[in-house]
Amino acid sequence: MNEPLRSDPPGYATAWLARIRRERARRRWRVLAALLACLLAGVVLTLMLGQSLTPLVTVLRVLGGADVPEAEFIVRELRLPRAVISALSGICFGLGGVAFQTMLRNPLASPDIIGISTGASAAAVFAIVVLSLSGPAVSIVAVVAGLGVALAIYALSWREGVTGARLVLVGIGLAAMLQSFTAYLLTRAPSWSLQEALRWMTGSVNGVQLEQALPLLVALLLFGGLLLSRSRDLETLRMGDDIAAGLGVRLTATRVIVIVAAVGLVAFATAVAGPVAFVAFLSGPIAARLTSRNGSLLIPSALVGALLVLLGDYAGQFLLPARYPVGIVTGVLGAPYLVYLIIRDNKSGGAL
Amino acid sequence: MALLLVVAMVLSVALGARDVGWPEIVAALGGQADTIGEAAVTSRLPRTLLAILAGAALGLSGGVMQGLTRNPLADPGLLGVNAGAVLAIVIGLAWFGIEDASLYIWTAILGAGLTAVAVYAIASLGRGGATPLKLALAGAVTTAALSSLTTAVVLPRGDIAGLVQSWMVGGVGGATNDQIVPVLPFLLAGLVIALLSARKLNLLALGDEAATGLGEKVASARAMAAVAAVLLCGATTAVCGPIGFVGLVVPHACRLLVGSDYRWLLPFSALGGAVLLTFADVTGRLVARPAELDVGIVTAFIGAPVFIWIVRRRKVREL
Repeated sequence: MNEPLRSDPPGYATAWLARIRRERARRRWRVLAALLACLLAGVVLTLMLGQSLTPLVTVLRVLGGADVPEAEFIVRELRLPRAVISALSGICFGLGGVAFQTMLRNPLASPDIIGISTGASAAAVFAIVVLSLSGPAVSIVAVVAGLGVALAIYALSWREGVTGARLVLVGIGLAAMLQSFTAYLLTRAPSWSLQEALRWMTGSVNGVQLEQALPLLVALLLFGGLLLSRSRDLETLRMGDDIAAGLGVRLTATRVIVIVAAVGLVAFATAVAGPVAFVAFLSGPIAARLTSRNGSLLIPSALVGALLVLLGDYAGQFLLPARYPVGIVTGVLGAPYLVYLIIRDNKSGGAL
Repeated sequence: MALLLVVAMVLSVALGARDVGWPEIVAALGGQADTIGEAAVTSRLPRTLLAILAGAALGLSGGVMQGLTRNPLADPGLLGVNAGAVLAIVIGLAWFGIEDASLYIWTAILGAGLTAVAVYAIASLGRGGATPLKLALAGAVTTAALSSLTTAVVLPRGDIAGLVQSWMVGGVGGATNDQIVPVLPFLLAGLVIALLSARKLNLLALGDEAATGLGEKVASARAMAAVAAVLLCGATTAVCGPIGFVGLVVPHACRLLVGSDYRWLLPFSALGGAVLLTFADVTGRLVARPAELDVGIVTAFIGAPVFIWIVRRRKVREL
């Protein structure tokens, strides 16, 4: 790579670099466009397919507001809310996950591993079982608790400043405790069916309503926008705290903004769909492979997250022998990913 | 130091003995769900025995794992080894219909062993080897993945769902002597191997180079200790379900008492684990009367703060 720089005049090297940059930017846009197309195709397909096939024309007519009695209920009431909520919550999980992974510089340190979705789901279960709340109130409790748990993790790992390692470890400890708390609450609610319990243990979009999409969308615009406005600082943080500080990133401010935004996204999504396992964990690494780690990962991971939830839900409903909630499908995907990590490392000795 | 040792021994024996007395006291005071106190005590004896055995096994297993990985955060629950045993058992139940008790235990041990190797491999990826951070993360991630797999196996099988659900929280309730007898040989084997490996763990604690220099075969020492840890926690999980944090908390508490010589630490960890789990079981019975709180939930509530305390201490990397 260094050869042309040494032997050619400086002007040529600049032009060469500029060409490489243009090429990489173009490839990035191509990947983004492909992901977006896949997502749209996924949404349309899940609207068309199900127990019965609805032709594309009918789907479009129903969405356009036309009166189609034989397909209206299926498409508008059953499939549309599922598709919309899946895509939105997937975007939220993807964004929140990759923000944490980038900030903590560890692909294993996603919010579902370090206790944030666990906190939100434990609070949601508490709200339903003990406080007998329902609807939006549960979501509010879950969001507040998600932020509260994040704050607790941050405070507990404070010791002359916060290091990423301590943050992660404290988070794992809290997550284990919160999981036990959820398990305890669920044993106190004997009338609960296994399916309903699973929603809050692993996440599911069964029986979601279209109205639930609105708060999710607002949260996405607000926190997602906040996160995207920090994407440059986040990228710089990848090089290490010291280097980033040297390059003019205000460490604490960036960290707090990123944490608040990512936690907000994850908590809102968890309040609607439950802690859909591993979407936050897998989106970032998959997006990194697809874009060859080229530019900010935020938007690619958001799209990957949406695809994961959408297709995971579809697979869980129709492709597998039993009906699985989406969280089980995405959770199982985590196992081969871990195996892949081991194999890749054995081959190349690469860094995690 | 010798005096401290004697005091600690007396204390832990006294506490252990008093623990055995606890259920009788509780039964006599409350009389609770059962009509006759004596009947309650009779049904609690195997339960207490199981709590002692399981606690000892988990404490010992945690101690061995911490020495083996030179890592203060190692614990069969946190590292996902218990989750591996659970998955293996659930697969055995759902797909192969195993019923024989010893087959059950072998399956759990197999699952635990495979998971232990996988988690250690994941944690060793990248630069710096298996640091406490990476080991804990690898364990948490593996646990999450394995629990999803477990649920995926159980979900279509309504016939075993209830059984698995109650067993997975981790409890010693409803234990019978028939359940305990088949695990005894496994626990005994694990105990012997663990205690035999104590000297080797001491050498390993000096670092691989130093241990090699002192004439220890590092790889075989590791393998021997790992076999002991996996035997102990796999067999325990087969009977009690996954119980976390005992293996984390106990060796740390014992280290404060007896120092970090594994020849002392391991026996003490076994005693301490027995004390802790019996206490946790009793607490679980008292807190949620007339219902019971499974012991796995109690140990998580005791253990997680300890875990965070260990993390907050300055010397996380040293052991």
